Amino acid sequence: MGSFICKRSFQSLISLIVLVMLVFFLARLTGSPADLYLPQDASAAVRHDFNEQMGFNDPLYVQFVGFMVGLLHLDMGQSLQFSRPALDVVLQAFPTTLMLAAVTMPLVLLISIVTGSLAAYKPGGIFDRLASFISLLGAATPNFWVAIVGVLVFAVTLRLLPTSGTGTPLHWVLPVAVLTLRPTGVLVQVVRTSMMTALSAAYIKTARAKGVSSRAIVFVHALRNGLLPVITVASDQAAGIVNGAVIVETVFGFPGIGKLMIDSVLLRDFTVIQAAVLVTALAVFVINILVDITYALVDPRIRYN
Amino acid sequence: MSEQSLLQIRNLSIDFPSRAGTVHAVADVSWSVGRGETLAILGESGSGKSVSASAVLDLVDTPPAVIANGEILYRGRDLLKATRGERRAINGRKISMIFQDPLAALNPVYPVGWQIAETLRVHGVDKATAHARVIDLLKKVGIDDPERRAKQYPHQFSGGQRQRIMIASAIALEPELLIADEPTSALDVTVQAQVLALLKELQAESGMGIVLITHDLAVVEKVADRVIVMQAGRVVEAGTATEIMNSPQHPYTRRLLDAMPGRHGFATELSASDGNVLLEVDKVSRIYGIEPGKIAEAGPKAIRAVDEASFTLRGGETLGIVGESGSGKSTLARMLLGLDHPTAGTIRFDGKDLNGMSAADTFKVRRRMQFVFQDPTASLNPRMTIEQIVSEPWAIHSDVLPKREWRAKAVDLLERVGLKADHIDRHPHQFSGGQRQRIAIARALALQPEVIVCDEAVSALDVSIQAQVIDLLKQLRSDLGLSYIFIAHDLALVRDFATDVIVMYRGQIVEQGHTQEVYSNPKHDYTKRLLIASMAHIPKAA
Amino acid sequence: MHSSTPASGITEMAPPLIVPVKSSGRGAARNALWLLWQDKSAFVSAILLALVLGAAIIGPWLLADQARAVNLMARNAAPFSLSKGWLFFLGADALGRSLLARIIVASQNTIVIAGSAVLLSMHVGGVLGLIAGYKEGWIGAILLRMADAIMSFPSMLLAVIVLFVFSPGIENVIFVLAVSRIPIFLRTVRAEVLEIKERMFVTAARAMGAKTERVLFRHIAPMVMPTVINLAALEVAFVMLVESGLSFLGIGIQPPEVTWGLMVADGRNYLGSAWWLSFWPGVAIMMVTIALNLLSNWLRLVTDPVERWRFQTVAGAK
Repeated sequence: MGSFICKRSFQSLISLIVLVMLVFFLARLTGSPADLYLPQDASAAVRHDFNEQMGFNDPLYVQFVGFMVGLLHLDMGQSLQFSRPALDVVLQAFPTTLMLAAVTMPLVLLISIVTGSLAAYKPGGIFDRLASFISLLGAATPNFWVAIVGVLVFAVTLRLLPTSGTGTPLHWVLPVAVLTLRPTGVLVQVVRTSMMTALSAAYIKTARAKGVSSRAIVFVHALRNGLLPVITVASDQAAGIVNGAVIVETVFGFPGIGKLMIDSVLLRDFTVIQAAVLVTALAVFVINILVDITYALVDPRIRYN
Repeated sequence: MSEQSLLQIRNLSIDFPSRAGTVHAVADVSWSVGRGETLAILGESGSGKSVSASAVLDLVDTPPAVIANGEILYRGRDLLKATRGERRAINGRKISMIFQDPLAALNPVYPVGWQIAETLRVHGVDKATAHARVIDLLKKVGIDDPERRAKQYPHQFSGGQRQRIMIASAIALEPELLIADEPTSALDVTVQAQVLALLKELQAESGMGIVLITHDLAVVEKVADRVIVMQAGRVVEAGTATEIMNSPQHPYTRRLLDAMPGRHGFATELSASDGNVLLEVDKVSRIYGIEPGKIAEAGPKAIRAVDEASFTLRGGETLGIVGESGSGKSTLARMLLGLDHPTAGTIRFDGKDLNGMSAADTFKVRRRMQFVFQDPTASLNPRMTIEQIVSEPWAIHSDVLPKREWRAKAVDLLERVGLKADHIDRHPHQFSGGQRQRIAIARALALQPEVIVCDEAVSALDVSIQAQVIDLLKQLRSDLGLSYIFIAHDLALVRDFATDVIVMYRGQIVEQGHTQEVYSNPKHDYTKRLLIASMAHIPKAA
Repeated sequence: MHSSTPASGITEMAPPLIVPVKSSGRGAARNALWLLWQDKSAFVSAILLALVLGAAIIGPWLLADQARAVNLMARNAAPFSLSKGWLFFLGADALGRSLLARIIVASQNTIVIAGSAVLLSMHVGGVLGLIAGYKEGWIGAILLRMADAIMSFPSMLLAVIVLFVFSPGIENVIFVLAVSRIPIFLRTVRAEVLEIKERMFVTAARAMGAKTERVLFRHIAPMVMPTVINLAALEVAFVMLVESGLSFLGIGIQPPEVTWGLMVADGRNYLGSAWWLSFWPGVAIMMVTIALNLLSNWLRLVTDPVERWRFQTVAGAK
């Protein structure tokens, strides 16, 4: 297991380096920050000084080496827009996004596993048809659309929930509901398919011949076998949220990392973009390792060597 | 029907309505089994032999199935009228069941001890008692070190051990009746005998009744008291095991008996030692876990799949290679086909070393040596038509036949293997297993080879179909002067087909010689064991 | 007496009818239509998608002027009224432009963007996936690591940067969306190839001496196709959602070009007073997405000869 994590870390390191290079050069394609941070009529000398101070006058490769050296000391430079260390800015925004993911994913898993399993138990039955249709609807609805309709109905018209902000638990209801929708819709279908496969396996027949109850057959015998594809898809969904739930964060005024990234691109705040991408990529890497460990816990046949 | 019948099936009919017409899986079937008695239900695939027994445990799904008629009487009470809950209370406690493929029948993600204990726990035994009982049961079915092994998972056991674990789970509550659905078909011949012996022993001890569902007459002969023979959902013959084996009345039963492998004497009429040496296997080893060419450095970790195997094949000869799983016979086949390469030793075809050959030369040799694989369903591309499948060799070896002649030649080949010309536009799934294997044989004939390697080519087929396919191979042998390498896991199968035979055990050739010699005078211990296990397949009265 | 057995009794016991599966030209088309008719939800979906496709092709040509015509009298006109003509049945936007006309005209961009992005990523990702699956050595490893890098790159960020640097024209939107979806196809195809290449018929082809190209394109690729087609249908739906999200954030297609997503985004400011502005284009996105999902389920069944055969024998004797 230890050696496996080492191997995975090495693979991820390669991907991470590719990613860092990509971000570094792509970000610099967006233009010169001097255009944004200096007055329109700033003289050439002032611009030169600004660029000199920020290191933007150096050749790109020098900048890149400097960036990599800083990275080794966990120094990711100063944010232009906040005039604070970029890493601090990112680490301040990230918990909000993590929290969104941490509340949403258990909810998604719970709903989809129960619904999908019950639908698979009697394929073609009323419950199955209903669940299939609703999950399809959930997967097919643009989430910004649900978000604004949700705000209109629950916040503006009914005045039950706040429109935006993060103050109270009530503030979390709409964003989490919106974020839950699509992953749940997708996962219900995945659970249903893999549970149908699991329920047709020979060991289910054995369990029935032993006199095991239907509930135990579905939730003890079949579920653990049907879980692997579910974990894979769910981890992709979780990674999607951790990478920034841009739309939900924008609509509901959540100061998360997705919104920060987009704003930073628009403001050519390169250091923040770099720091944000690195932090989210690391988080996604951790998710992937956790998923691999979960695989091995769920299925004893999986051994990493 | 005896008064003290434990279980009695009366006029049971089970239908599977599909829109293409109703399939009568079980039609007016009656049987019964008493305490201490073994009833065998004999039939080939599709005969409905396991459906009536599955219905006893409520394992037939309705829908799609419809129980059209009949009664299932357990101690005089009709189970079909009982509630789900009442039937669940009987399942596993009074009547239990084991299945064909124990790897599939055990849940892969739970420890075997947990699975055996589950039978006890669902019927109300507390956890501590259940645990102690599991250890006893594992000991009883012959699993060593039960404390440790109870915590292991199914994939950590061998096939025979898995079936023992299934049995332990089934007898946990000392049921009155055990239904065994092809319990030994997935096991090696020598292991089959051990598992059957275990069942018999347990029966003698507890007096339980056994219903044994099987396609294998040898199994029937060894353990059954009474037999019913099923064909297409109906019981065509019933009687004691001795009656059925010695004086079968129904033509179908007679056909089954006649199709048993090894009943038609030795293939001695073909004395082919005068042919040229076609294939020469010289001290070939395949060792996993070491670099090629460094055979001397093979440590204890290296796995010797094939260990210094040597033999020759002459023109017109049929060489049977017999061995159980893990004997190295499949690895040997892969090397012959060029899918794997020897770690040491040489394979010469027509005097030329296959390994030292240029790619172009290997390509030419491949034409002269074709193959037929075990599972005809898997070895034919499901998306191709029969025409495409049979013509593929010509598409690969493009200089053999011009494209416009493919179709006509493919029709020729299909007719040669006993199929019809209008089959040519169909897909493989529209054929039965035996027909698919004929298609695979037609494909193997396309390049007019001199040698055909058959890797377990009939093992996946029903007994009567096996006999037909082997007859076809014999026919082709005499028509076209083919040589075969015929790989099998059972000696009986090669008895009347192979001129020479090789017995492999744990990677080594332990016995080799003319078929008749090996049969009449086996030298190696393992050959003797194998012979004892499979000689039972050949009734003395044959 | 015995001869009075009804003929149907005999056919019932006969093995399942063998339906000719491969027939050319008209027969094949009719067969496909018949198969579609058997699955009512897929049939309805197909009709809906055909209508949308028709609208995308001829819509702009027919209604471009009406979609652009500003009519201050009809500002935010409510739906379900025929008083201003059928074009205003779904209401009008803040400039009094017919919503129906705009939805029809916008369908072209929406379909073109989603369709071409998926076609692009399907081909690139599919071929790379075939290679990565069949050649497990360093080529496969490099391809996988690159896919990982793209996957772990927040897709919205990638889109924002690229569209910020280059103009957010249709081609660039297509490019960004295609690149971000390539890894999905690559990974899916690779996983399938890994499994299929171990199958017996592939071994059989190799033992016959078939070269790598033949094994890949004659044996493996056709087996992967159903999965890819199915995934592509779902991806078109997903890419439509992402594209509308980009428009919503203001970094997608820019006016005067229009897509459904952009229409939803534009309407958000009028949600309180004129909900229909973003409601109808939202419904359009949803309906097409659902239709694609349903159709992909059907496709998965009928592109597999074994499944199709079951389908035909079961449905055939209705």
